[in-house]
Amino acid sequence: MRPGGSILGHVLRHAVLLAGLVIMLMPFVWMISTSLKPPNEIFSTKLSLLPTNWAAVENYTKAFTKVPLLRYLLNGVIVTGGIFFLQLVVALPAAYALAKLRFKGRDILFTMVLVGLMIPAQAPAIPRYVMLYEIGLLDSYAALILPFVFSAFGIFLMRQFFKTVPDDLMHAARLDGLGEFEILWRIMLPLAMPAMLAFGVISIVTHWNDFFWPLIVIQTGDLATPPLGTLFFRNEEAGSDFGPLMAGTVVITAPLVLLFLAAQRRFIEGVTLSGMKG
Amino acid sequence: MTDANPADNPGERRAAYALVSPAWVAFVVLLAGPSLAVVVLSLTDWQLGAPTMNFIGLGNYEQLFTDRVFWKSFTNTFVYCLVVVPGSVFLGLGLALLIEGATFGRAFYRAAYFLPVTSTLIAMAVVWEFLLHPSVGLINIVLEQVGITGGDWLKNPSRALFTLAGIGIWQSAGLNMVLFMAGLKAIPPDLYEAAEIDGASSVWERFRCVTWPMLGPATLFVTVVSGIRSFQVFDTVEVLTKGGPNKATEVLLYTMYTEAFNFFRTGYGAAITVVFLVVVLALTLLQVKAGEKRTHYG
Repeated sequence: MRPGGSILGHVLRHAVLLAGLVIMLMPFVWMISTSLKPPNEIFSTKLSLLPTNWAAVENYTKAFTKVPLLRYLLNGVIVTGGIFFLQLVVALPAAYALAKLRFKGRDILFTMVLVGLMIPAQAPAIPRYVMLYEIGLLDSYAALILPFVFSAFGIFLMRQFFKTVPDDLMHAARLDGLGEFEILWRIMLPLAMPAMLAFGVISIVTHWNDFFWPLIVIQTGDLATPPLGTLFFRNEEAGSDFGPLMAGTVVITAPLVLLFLAAQRRFIEGVTLSGMKG
Repeated sequence: MTDANPADNPGERRAAYALVSPAWVAFVVLLAGPSLAVVVLSLTDWQLGAPTMNFIGLGNYEQLFTDRVFWKSFTNTFVYCLVVVPGSVFLGLGLALLIEGATFGRAFYRAAYFLPVTSTLIAMAVVWEFLLHPSVGLINIVLEQVGITGGDWLKNPSRALFTLAGIGIWQSAGLNMVLFMAGLKAIPPDLYEAAEIDGASSVWERFRCVTWPMLGPATLFVTVVSGIRSFQVFDTVEVLTKGGPNKATEVLLYTMYTEAFNFFRTGYGAAITVVFLVVVLALTLLQVKAGEKRTHYG
């Protein structure tokens, strides 16, 4: 689309966009604003963005002491990091083989990856739960990480990327006496960094925000991921001590929001890709 | 893609099998196996921890069809989709057109409208709960000032599902916006010049003659993707309404969750999962079709 139109058009365009923005960002603004206010100002019907008496220190201190917020964030890092690392370990070799090597059954395997892309994450939940129950792994980091080690999307994305790498590069490496594992590790891996980053964004956003699975397998507060921890906090507060509660939600939402603001372009590209995937 | 002659190079073949085997094992154990097992479980009366498991054929499905809660849940899920999909698709399209047509501030607007997509929905649901609070929530206070009594957004049975749909639109409009932006970028600029030469002088004319027809396949695609996503609504229901009041916000995944993981009626929960899976797969096939059309144009 090309930019254009009259001055009035421009003014109207920005007026509409800014008005929409106020509504879209209102929850974030009000969340931060409330996290700074003392109870009497929160329960007042007089609207003001900034508090008259600041209660930021009290609210945030209470948020961090009432529930182990830092522990939730750490769990989020362990779980999303663990999932992403293992997804790469499984996906990279398979993607390389599917893209560059000739072997019987390759087409069937790739079809399986495409089928895997279609299955929503909640569909295998019950049998996965039963499996973890049978081997006694419920309520553990393993229960949060292991079910997601296979990522059809990761294999698909990395395979599409490896397809674009010229074959000559591998032929030359083979002539130098490198095996397939070395080619993957020493030549393909460094080249694949941008594709891995795009996949990383999707994987991390998906699993950091996932609520359905942690809700099912985690009972212990100490193992809660950030979304589950938020729920524990809300239930603990019985939803009435809004200052500390909003301070807690600020802390929980901050990591992804900051990461997004720092790497917008990659985020939007990555999430667009996964939207394409559905 | 065709299978090459496997006898070509035994070394390459061995390496390939070694490289794909972890993925193959993970696929079978973690995805294919469980997905098939869910179908098998749906044909049994098994309850988690129970010593016996009997095959009861389609018994669970027969029970589903006479279960009032299931029907309520099924229709609620569709009503939710019927509000969220058009709402977020039109909003996404409007935003994409407005922002791409702007001469400045495009990156800013795009990032700001995209923010709800990446923010942790559970945390934002807790914020929405506060915003929607009947007496101290921002929304009702603002409405009060223009003389409207807001009432209760989440405990009013005729309103709760639509409140959740509103949050759904808020959360997903930004995603549709960037998908439409990708579609807009694929329209060749000379088409607009050609349209202008042919007399399409106003913004509306250019939209009607060029943008909309060229965006058609993308619109179909975004609509289906949006449908798949909103059909999976769960988070806001669990946090804000727990399916209530009086089952007004009971949705498919939530019913599945309560049956399978609260009441441990595993077989019955599996049958609900199968219904869920069938609808999502049908939508996904539609998406693949829409995707083919899109690449045809784009």
